[in-house]
Amino acid sequence: MDVLQLQRKLREHQAAMLREGFLDDQFSQLQKLQDESSPDFVIEVVKMFFDDSEKLLHNMTRALGQVPVDFKQVDAHVHQYKGSSASVGAARVKNVCATFRNFCETQNLEGCVRCLQQLQQEYSLLKNNLQYLFRLQEEIQAAGGSIPTIE
Amino acid sequence: MGFLGDYDGKVWLNNWWEKNLGNTCKQYYYKYNSLRRSWWRKLWHAYVVFWIVISSSRFLHMSSEATEKRKESLVSLCDERARMLQDQFNVSMNHIQAMSILISTFHHAMDPSAIDQKTFARYTERTAFERPLTSGVAYAVRVLHSEREQFEKQQGWTIKRMDTLEQNPVQEDDFALEALEPSPIQEEYAPVIFAQETIKHVISVDVLSGKEDRQNVLRARESGKGVLTAPFRLLKTNRLGVILTFAVYKKELPSNATPDERIQATDGYLGGVFDIESLVEKLLQQLASKQSVIVNVYDTTNHTDPIAMYGSDVLGDEFYHVSTLNFGDPFRKHEMHCRFKQKPPWPWEAIHSSVGMLVIAVLIGYILYATVNRMFISEDNYNEQMELKKRAQAADVAKSQFLATVSHEIRTPMNGVLGMLNMLMDTDLDVTQQEYVRTAQGSGKALVSLINEVLDQAKIDSGKLELEAVVFDLRAILDDVLLLFSEKSQGKGVELAVYVSDEVPEQLIGDPGRFRQIITNLMGNSIKFTEKGHIFVTIHLVEEVVHSIEVEPQSTSKDTLSGYPVADIRRSWEGFKAFSQEGPLGSFSSPSSELVNLIVSVEDTGVGIPLEAQSRIFTPFMQVDPSISRKHGGTGIGLSISKCLVGRMNGEIGFVSIPNIGSTFTFTAVFTNGSPNSKEGRSQQINNQPHLASSEFHGTNALVIDPRPIRAKVSRYHLQRLDIRVELVSDLDQGLSLITNGNSAISIVFIEQEVWDRDSSISLHFVNNTRKVDPPKLFILVNSNSSFRASSVNSGDPFPVVITKPLKASMLAVTLQRAMGVGNRGNTRNVELPSLSLQHLLRGRRILVVDDNSVNRTVAAGALKKYGADVVCVSSGKDAISKLKPPHQFDACFMDIQMPEMDGFEATRRIRELEHMASIEASMDADGNNSKLRVPILAMTADVMQATNEECLKSGMDGYVSKPFEAEQLYREVSRFFPTS
Repeated sequence: MDVLQLQRKLREHQAAMLREGFLDDQFSQLQKLQDESSPDFVIEVVKMFFDDSEKLLHNMTRALGQVPVDFKQVDAHVHQYKGSSASVGAARVKNVCATFRNFCETQNLEGCVRCLQQLQQEYSLLKNNLQYLFRLQEEIQAAGGSIPTIE
Repeated sequence: MGFLGDYDGKVWLNNWWEKNLGNTCKQYYYKYNSLRRSWWRKLWHAYVVFWIVISSSRFLHMSSEATEKRKESLVSLCDERARMLQDQFNVSMNHIQAMSILISTFHHAMDPSAIDQKTFARYTERTAFERPLTSGVAYAVRVLHSEREQFEKQQGWTIKRMDTLEQNPVQEDDFALEALEPSPIQEEYAPVIFAQETIKHVISVDVLSGKEDRQNVLRARESGKGVLTAPFRLLKTNRLGVILTFAVYKKELPSNATPDERIQATDGYLGGVFDIESLVEKLLQQLASKQSVIVNVYDTTNHTDPIAMYGSDVLGDEFYHVSTLNFGDPFRKHEMHCRFKQKPPWPWEAIHSSVGMLVIAVLIGYILYATVNRMFISEDNYNEQMELKKRAQAADVAKSQFLATVSHEIRTPMNGVLGMLNMLMDTDLDVTQQEYVRTAQGSGKALVSLINEVLDQAKIDSGKLELEAVVFDLRAILDDVLLLFSEKSQGKGVELAVYVSDEVPEQLIGDPGRFRQIITNLMGNSIKFTEKGHIFVTIHLVEEVVHSIEVEPQSTSKDTLSGYPVADIRRSWEGFKAFSQEGPLGSFSSPSSELVNLIVSVEDTGVGIPLEAQSRIFTPFMQVDPSISRKHGGTGIGLSISKCLVGRMNGEIGFVSIPNIGSTFTFTAVFTNGSPNSKEGRSQQINNQPHLASSEFHGTNALVIDPRPIRAKVSRYHLQRLDIRVELVSDLDQGLSLITNGNSAISIVFIEQEVWDRDSSISLHFVNNTRKVDPPKLFILVNSNSSFRASSVNSGDPFPVVITKPLKASMLAVTLQRAMGVGNRGNTRNVELPSLSLQHLLRGRRILVVDDNSVNRTVAAGALKKYGADVVCVSSGKDAISKLKPPHQFDACFMDIQMPEMDGFEATRRIRELEHMASIEASMDADGNNSKLRVPILAMTADVMQATNEECLKSGMDGYVSKPFEAEQLYREVSRFFPTS
């Protein structure tokens, strides 16, 4: 595939993710931190985020399955997740986390469960989108092009 | 009342001291005061009453004395009159008695009688002067009934009775004896046989037939003494009179003869008519003060019905005196009543003296009362004023506290607003939106600086302003300030320069923030009001300046930084006490190694301060002109804050300003020397500054071509800080000859823009000639970007690098590094200072990042690494504690606040405890490195609003940054701990 086309695709995809709220400005900041000294910085961070997400989502599921539910425990996990998502700029995940924490505070089990499902859904969507993004980047790099930054 | 007052007085006294401490006693005081006041009022009333009593008693006393005196005089007058009356009466009476003896001798004892009516009348007439009181005398002979006929025959008239006479008193002289009836038959008769001419009509009247006369006659012959009748109207004169009757006896009788014997021996009766009225009148006429005294004489034989004998009914004084009169008749009693004609006069003397006394006493009392009253009033006023003053002070303190609190409270959300605006700037904005955000940001920053000023003023007002004492680098601070104003000055085309004397130690101990605030304020003012020329900051030791005053004459007015005339700097410190007090060589002549006296001048070529406004420019909120604030903004408290701050630094501030020439502000400040030996310390310090990399330029020779000595001096100052040796020449030709012929190889040439622009052919010639030898690097020093005409120089190699003033050592260093290290880039470029300093900010710094969230941790570490830091990450508070054990291996720590097990606050508290213990140990070891004992810890938080500065500071943190890292905020926070260039 043409490098230029790939680059355009990447730009469009990334713009779409920003537009649809999957990502926010923080992700752009993250990209700015990436330079010659740490070429894979963004990918590293995002991978770390993926691992973190899966671990936390699992923990949340388990915590919500207990009887009685330890909402504080759940809240701690959600807080962690909120921090991670904020750091990578996963805006929609972060927003769901905020709602989730409200439910934890009011000890609304039904709301929590719904939020957890929503989180899982958002996460998988984000993961797919990001993986696609990275794949595009790899392809561009493989084709010898440079990755365009979003202005 | 008195007791109560006393009691309260004691209570009050007991509480007097407490009153100064608390309010409770105020009530006592007021209670006491009102009590005292009513007490005083009562005392005043009592006083007035007392004096009224005194004066009225005096009045009574004096008036009674006067009455007494009057009484006494009346008594003496009366007694005198009575005595004289009595004497005169006695004289007459004695004479009458003598006549009775005459009659008994010449009438009864001789036969025929030697006396007949004619003789008697003549004799009595002639001796009337002897009896001034008698109007007439008559002699009645005792005739028994048996002898009546013979007697009547002998005399030739019949004895007549008196009754009718008495009943019909006849006033006329021609009254007829014949009209009288002959006396009826009686046992005995006593017809008058002799009578004085005046009373001739009584001859032949039987005196025994008259009721009064009969009594008289009977009593007279029984007693043998003169006897008086009750007063009656005299026959002819109709005046009041009495008749005195003496009995004439046949023979001398013993004094103890019985009445019967006397009756038997009686021959006849001699009567004298006393005209009492005329008697008394005559008597009184002889006496003085007859007018003033009214005399009444009464016959008081019958007590219940006294008969008036003399005197009118004229009303006189109520008071009268009674003197008894003794006219020799024990049966009859007479009294003399005397009274003053006039009523007693008003006792004016008593009235005057007592009223006068009362008036004086009342006046004195009133003066006292008024004084005391006034005292109370002023006391009240005083208390009121004190109360008001206290309230005003409290209000003032409250105001300052309120200002401080509000300012502080505003700052916190404002930081949030500014942070958010910054983040907003980074989002996708179109040009208009960016413009809006930039404006909002600018306004926000202005607001924060305004709030800071107000906060400062409030702190100064409430006395809470405290100065730090930390080690700082004066030159670095000035570089910072220059950076702050460089944009503005470049925009205006005003030259900005700083010169710090070599004598000033590199490291000083004091409050850098406040020092910087003063300079910023003065420079800010200068830049506001300067449109052309320059702003020049110089810092010397006071000793230097003092000596230069003596040695150097004032440099000519043309020899200034920009060539514009300036105000005479020396006049700005004319008022300084330190200078005038002990003379130029006084307190500063012997520089102590401990204290550093700096003198800082900020000189501008602005509009100056109008003369009329110069006196009040240090007054808070005063501006030269209200229009100034509209034009230039500002609150007008900057200078007053500066003055306070200078005062706190034991310095003084002064200025000189000439309208349209410029102003020069000068202040002194006292700091402590931070480097043990100023010269050594300085060179060390420069070498220790990693970002300056001055060692790179060690041994380099530079040439500065500048016709103005002062400007050249400034350039040299900055270059010397980089350890570059500097030569100064004034034009290109000199420079060329120095380069080509000089002993030392000159590798850098700085040319002032004005020299370069003067003649492009000379410049070109210079460039071409220097190229022949080992070509030095050429730098053009320009004032502002726009003013340099790049076209004036042909493109060629080496192309001069343009350096935009103001000069700064760090900026010079970077530029030189780039120009010399990287080589000639061949294009004119300007240095972007803020990003450069940020890139160098964290170079070589070891920073610990503490966050339990691996993603966050990686992002933070990435950001810090990007700025050149050496980052170590740990994932929990406990790990952080184990890493952060004094002496520290890290330069700073960024810590997440919300962490499981141990949050950031707790971890920081523990670290601070460890540090505290370590510092105690270190102080025992004498010379511990302080900077290794305390690591700056900055909180990381996603929520600006949530974690306020206070919370962080409370647990020992030094500040906070919001996540994700944002360049400017990072710079702001970190720069507080790492000395910047």
